[in-house]
Amino acid sequence: MKKILSFIITIAFGTVAFAQSNVLPAPAQKGVMYVKNATIHVGNGKVIENGVIQVRDGKIEKVGNDITIPAGETNVIDAKGKQIYPGLILPVSSLGLIEIGAVRASNDVREMGDLNPNVRSIVAYNTDSKVINTLRSNGVLAANIVPQGSFLAGSSSLVQLDAWTWTDAAVQIDGGMHLYMPSLIARPAFGRFGGGMPGGPNASGQQTDPVKEGLEKIETLKAFFREAKAYNAAAIHDETNLKYEAVRNLFDKKQKFYVHANQVKQMLVALDFIKEFGFDVVIVGGSESWQIADLLKQHNVSVILQQMHSLPTSNDADIDQPYKAAAILQKAGVTFAISDDDNQTRGRNLPFNAGTAVTYGLSKEEALAAITLNAAKIMGVADKTGSIEVGKEANFIISSGDLLDMGTSNVTDAFIQGRKIILDDKQKQLNDRYEQKYDLKPKKGF
Amino acid sequence: MRKLRFFAGLSWVLISCNSLIAQPTFPENGVADPRHGYYAFTHATIMKDGATSLTDATLVIKDGKIISVGAGLAVPAGAVEVDCKGKYIYPSFIDIYSDYGTPQRQQTGGGGFFNFNQPIQTESNTKGPYGWNQAIKSDVDVYKVFNVNDANAKPMREAGFGAVLTHVKDGVARGTGAVVTLANEKENMVILKEKASANYSFNKGTSQQAYPSSMMGYIALLRQTYLDAQWYKSKPWQEGFNATLQSWNDNQNLPQIFEAGDKWNDLRADKIGDEFGVQYIIKAGQNEYQRIKEMKATNATFILPLNYPQAQDVEDPNDAKLVSLEDMKHWELAPTECAAFEKAGIPFCLTTADLRSPSSFWTNLRKAMEYGLSEAKAIEALTKTPAMTLGIYDRVGSLDAGKIANFLVTNGPIFGEKTNILYNYIQGIKYSVKTEDNIAGTYNVTVNTPSGTETYTLDVKSMTSATMWGKDTMNTKFSFDGKQIKLAYAPMPKRQRPQMPAGTDSTRRTSGFPAGFGRGGTTTPELPANATRLGGISNGTEWNGTGLDSLGNSLTWTAVFVKTAEVKSDSVKKKEVPVVGKVIYPFMPFGNDEEHLPKQETILIKNATVWTSEKDGILQNTDVLLKGGKIAAIGKNLNEPGAKIIDGTGKHVSPGIIDEHSHIAAASINEGAQSVTSEVRIGDNVMPDDINIYRQLSGGVTSSHILHGSANPIGGQTQLLKLRWGANAEDMKFKDWTGQIKFALGENVKRSNFNIPGGNTRYPDTRMGVEQVYVDAFSRAKDYKKEWDEYNAAKDKLIKEKKPLAGLNPPRRDLELDALVEILTNKRFITCHSYVQSEITGLIEVAEKMGFKVNTFTHILEGYKVADRMLKHGANASTFSDWWAYKMEVEDAIPYNAAIMHKVGLNVAINSDDAEMARRLNQEAAKTMKYGGLSAEEALALVTINPAIMLHVDDRVGSIKVGKDADVVVWSDSPVSIYAKSLYTIVDGTVYFDRQKDEQMQKDIEAERTRLVKKLNGEKRSGSPTIPAIPTYSIMHTCSDHGHSHGFLVIDADEIDNN
Repeated sequence: MKKILSFIITIAFGTVAFAQSNVLPAPAQKGVMYVKNATIHVGNGKVIENGVIQVRDGKIEKVGNDITIPAGETNVIDAKGKQIYPGLILPVSSLGLIEIGAVRASNDVREMGDLNPNVRSIVAYNTDSKVINTLRSNGVLAANIVPQGSFLAGSSSLVQLDAWTWTDAAVQIDGGMHLYMPSLIARPAFGRFGGGMPGGPNASGQQTDPVKEGLEKIETLKAFFREAKAYNAAAIHDETNLKYEAVRNLFDKKQKFYVHANQVKQMLVALDFIKEFGFDVVIVGGSESWQIADLLKQHNVSVILQQMHSLPTSNDADIDQPYKAAAILQKAGVTFAISDDDNQTRGRNLPFNAGTAVTYGLSKEEALAAITLNAAKIMGVADKTGSIEVGKEANFIISSGDLLDMGTSNVTDAFIQGRKIILDDKQKQLNDRYEQKYDLKPKKGF
Repeated sequence: MRKLRFFAGLSWVLISCNSLIAQPTFPENGVADPRHGYYAFTHATIMKDGATSLTDATLVIKDGKIISVGAGLAVPAGAVEVDCKGKYIYPSFIDIYSDYGTPQRQQTGGGGFFNFNQPIQTESNTKGPYGWNQAIKSDVDVYKVFNVNDANAKPMREAGFGAVLTHVKDGVARGTGAVVTLANEKENMVILKEKASANYSFNKGTSQQAYPSSMMGYIALLRQTYLDAQWYKSKPWQEGFNATLQSWNDNQNLPQIFEAGDKWNDLRADKIGDEFGVQYIIKAGQNEYQRIKEMKATNATFILPLNYPQAQDVEDPNDAKLVSLEDMKHWELAPTECAAFEKAGIPFCLTTADLRSPSSFWTNLRKAMEYGLSEAKAIEALTKTPAMTLGIYDRVGSLDAGKIANFLVTNGPIFGEKTNILYNYIQGIKYSVKTEDNIAGTYNVTVNTPSGTETYTLDVKSMTSATMWGKDTMNTKFSFDGKQIKLAYAPMPKRQRPQMPAGTDSTRRTSGFPAGFGRGGTTTPELPANATRLGGISNGTEWNGTGLDSLGNSLTWTAVFVKTAEVKSDSVKKKEVPVVGKVIYPFMPFGNDEEHLPKQETILIKNATVWTSEKDGILQNTDVLLKGGKIAAIGKNLNEPGAKIIDGTGKHVSPGIIDEHSHIAAASINEGAQSVTSEVRIGDNVMPDDINIYRQLSGGVTSSHILHGSANPIGGQTQLLKLRWGANAEDMKFKDWTGQIKFALGENVKRSNFNIPGGNTRYPDTRMGVEQVYVDAFSRAKDYKKEWDEYNAAKDKLIKEKKPLAGLNPPRRDLELDALVEILTNKRFITCHSYVQSEITGLIEVAEKMGFKVNTFTHILEGYKVADRMLKHGANASTFSDWWAYKMEVEDAIPYNAAIMHKVGLNVAINSDDAEMARRLNQEAAKTMKYGGLSAEEALALVTINPAIMLHVDDRVGSIKVGKDADVVVWSDSPVSIYAKSLYTIVDGTVYFDRQKDEQMQKDIEAERTRLVKKLNGEKRSGSPTIPAIPTYSIMHTCSDHGHSHGFLVIDADEIDNN
């Protein structure tokens, strides 16, 4: 541990540029490796006290508190007094697609046009984004890279966050198709600041009926899917239609259908895609999903709560409503994950979003599942990752304290596919640099 | 003097019932036809004014004026008598908020917020010797553009109005208004007073000039214009001739009318007036009942519109839940507005302004009366009060000799359910409103057919309904248009003929028809084609006409009036005052009604873990006593009889959290139309109706520093608030606080990140230019200060030498430079939005050269790079915990920033700049434990004592210390833990947030919502018109810095178009 730490510090000290050129992807893990004496939060609700994880060739071979480490084994990490968690999964993210939000040239997240099923996020995913390492530092080891758009935006891919190229990074390519549901509520015209906060009925505001417009737009999409279905069922085509072909996997559920929707009506309309096309629908956003939790459960729709740290939808609502939504979904038995779409922090507060859900009703292990195993389940990769269970990739992190509470959360080690990754990032390097400037750092003897 | 001569001329004018007025100066094309409109209206019930009623009285008018009024007056020789038996006469109404007869305008600029993405027009488009700001149109005189417009006058006359104050509704200063009558005569004759008011508003109207682009800007513009106009009186050579300021000064002696249109804007307008010795007459909105005490305190006369919110269609629960409680409550309570003013004893006038059409005036007036407005007050508000307000009560507003003959003739008490206005006499000219429905009664009809005379009895019930019978009852159709009669009849088909009561004969049957007979038309079949059809003319009590019988033979007929129908007494139906919900403070969910407003208490918190944010550190098992709004004692086993006890066992107590950087509770945040807007003040537009106040309280925040946005290098003056939920704007303010001002550097002020059509046109465009804006502003401020110092010295010298001060003119007062001089003299502190090290150092250098200090660098995400320089300068730092990468200038932002700056020795705070994050500021502070390894106590200090120090209020808040304000939070857990919830948030010893009470409030809100949804649904089912449900959106103000979303009903103010 100490060796690693001083290695990092040395590198940081020796670095002039801040391109993180020193944060190299770790090589493949070969052979056996142990982590011992840890409190293991499995991700499925279970906690193993004083447990051991046995990793071989990148996969978890054994986990439990009855594993004997052979005498003389050197590749053993002692995690005494520490907590082990599965690597966190950010289920909806623009990581690697947006570097600096306001700099247009650094944005590759939103293609023009309404109907872009053929657009694929993975090809624009930048493994060298400086943002990535700041997420790893907080325990996020995988992310679903999602294109944005005005309607049918394209496909997302799941990546692990320690890679040379996007091909190395890809865990699951084009696993999801993303629909941004049109708003189905009226929006009045604003303009005058009466008391400062317009909000009252505005008679002049209604020019068009946005609900009707939205519903009509969704009908056009359904027509598209009907045509696509017929096209894909046919053996030969006179001409190629890339858009039809791009949605082929939705019909046999090889691809998830992510519907970005917050309003009850939007989510109810989303059920159409199950009923008519048999899609595997996931609601993204879901700020009002708690209101229809039983219906979502009934239709086997899972939910990704995209922003825990939000204000309540309406003035009348329980002031803590967004914080409580997760517990309501949990109680109703809905499979849900927690994400973090905050543009200013880019997903690194994912564990604290889960922590807030704990304050407002989830157990800590349920909250952990919402940022690990549930996310993997929703994406259809739970056989590979999402929990610390035998047979899965060795994706886990070690924290010296409670990961979900910022005062104690401190990720000391992280493993992706058994590879011990470098937990340095640009911000730590800048911190080092200026601690040197002001002579704040206790001398380490180098 | 011109005015007097004009009105003297009026008495020369001849008025006739033919609406023919000939002016002596106008040549006559024909034969002179002098008339005097000499009439006596006799036997009427005359309401001279709201208080005096005369019965069997006479009103004599001549030449458009009232000659005499009284009971039993003789009809003067030469006057035409009009018998008004059974009729009522009232003064015609006056509407003093109208734009009648003014040219149509395109509303382009409007109000709205500053929009980062819009181009900025810096100069006025108006050509000519006018002022700098296009929205100040004090030079406009409506009488010069006024045109009689009978199409618009007619519906007003029909609603009962005789005179209006009209003005051009365009701009912030709108010039003068004129009193005109609604007679359809030449403009010369209808203008009663050509300059009767000066009008103002918070609306730019057609001005496309960017400034002002905020509520603060409007206020500043008005204040500066008052000062400029005062200065202009000395005719300073630098200004040349300025028609705008000259008119402004000329207009000051007129009644000053301000269209504020909302409860808070009313108070904002009144405050401007107070500063400059002006008492505005305030044109209100519909929500003043929500703050009636504050309205009373303005001492203003109000002009109340009667447009009420329409019922929303909330039958779909999905739609319903997006309509917030305040909108539903407002729908229910808006009709109580007039009654609330009456009850509070606030003088008011009524206006048809804002109504979709004057025809809805009566419906809504009746609604106001149903909700408690008295008849007498309604009359007064439509006659005497407006006349008195404008100082024209000697001309209009009551029926007294010498006044203009503007009066209404009605067929009953004016507020009677069935009463109609029959005539509206304006300047003695008769305008018929509703044809007199005096035809009801019994008539004997004689039809001269070729086969002989047939007689019938005709019972006329109304102008469209009558029944006729001879031997048998006839199937009858009847209509009367005031002169012409149409009558058709045929024998009833056998089956349909109703049974006649035994022993009745036709002559006795004047009333009491059997049920179903001829009423409502339900039993009347269609007339057959061969019905007898008569047409004729009413000659009063006798009708004559011709017709065709069933066989097509021509015939003649007559009818003679026999007796009148029984008149049913009609009075104002005394409806029960509807049951409505209570006004709550603030008027929002989680507001409290008057009885349940939070009150200051003596509170003893027992046995808690107390985080003092003082040297004492964290005290275990400690009691804290709050008394008289202060922290009275800290210790073990405290005792205080009568105190409310909060058991703190297992709980934590911390000082109230102070947010150094917030944008909640303000009507506007950015006045970005100019690079330097130090004249605008957040404190001018505090907005207590913001749910986020309550939400911040739930996160333990007790004080929020509301900053101007970052649209320009020198923004507006800030306002520190205490989160006294339910208080009004003034009472929210932190008392005795040295004000601060917002500066901003970097990408926002050079407008780098916005899609402005045509690109940025406002200086500066680079950080180089930003620096020069400061150099220039403070150079000007220094010159300004010097000018004033010299003036004051010269003045003191003259006073000392006892010489006259005449000839010594003070320099022009400039609100923008005043604020900068305050900075130079340490009477105002700077908080500066800043990111990168170059600009931070740059501003420090400017400050040190110019002789001022940058009190706080806020955001300061690269503060860690120049922390030593900041320390040397003596600045504080207020930053985010972990934001970065959302724009170029935060590329190097690091979450270790706060910790490094703290370790270097700076006083550091963590702020929110975000209404959501402000609820979790304790957690944001806790992140410095993770990033930089601060202790828990150090972390908490970042949101308690440290911001108090940089706000210069650490002598009163920010720590738990005896004698400080009782602003404390009781937490369920350690305040630096994510698992902590605020259980009580206490400000000045008043519990403004109580988690248990909050649960109860949620239930109450649900119950109130359910009641209102039911009521709205009832409204819909009863057939009242409804509009589709409109979700209650809220507008969020930010620095325009970031894209943190807040839910789908929240709209960023920057995204709102100015239109």
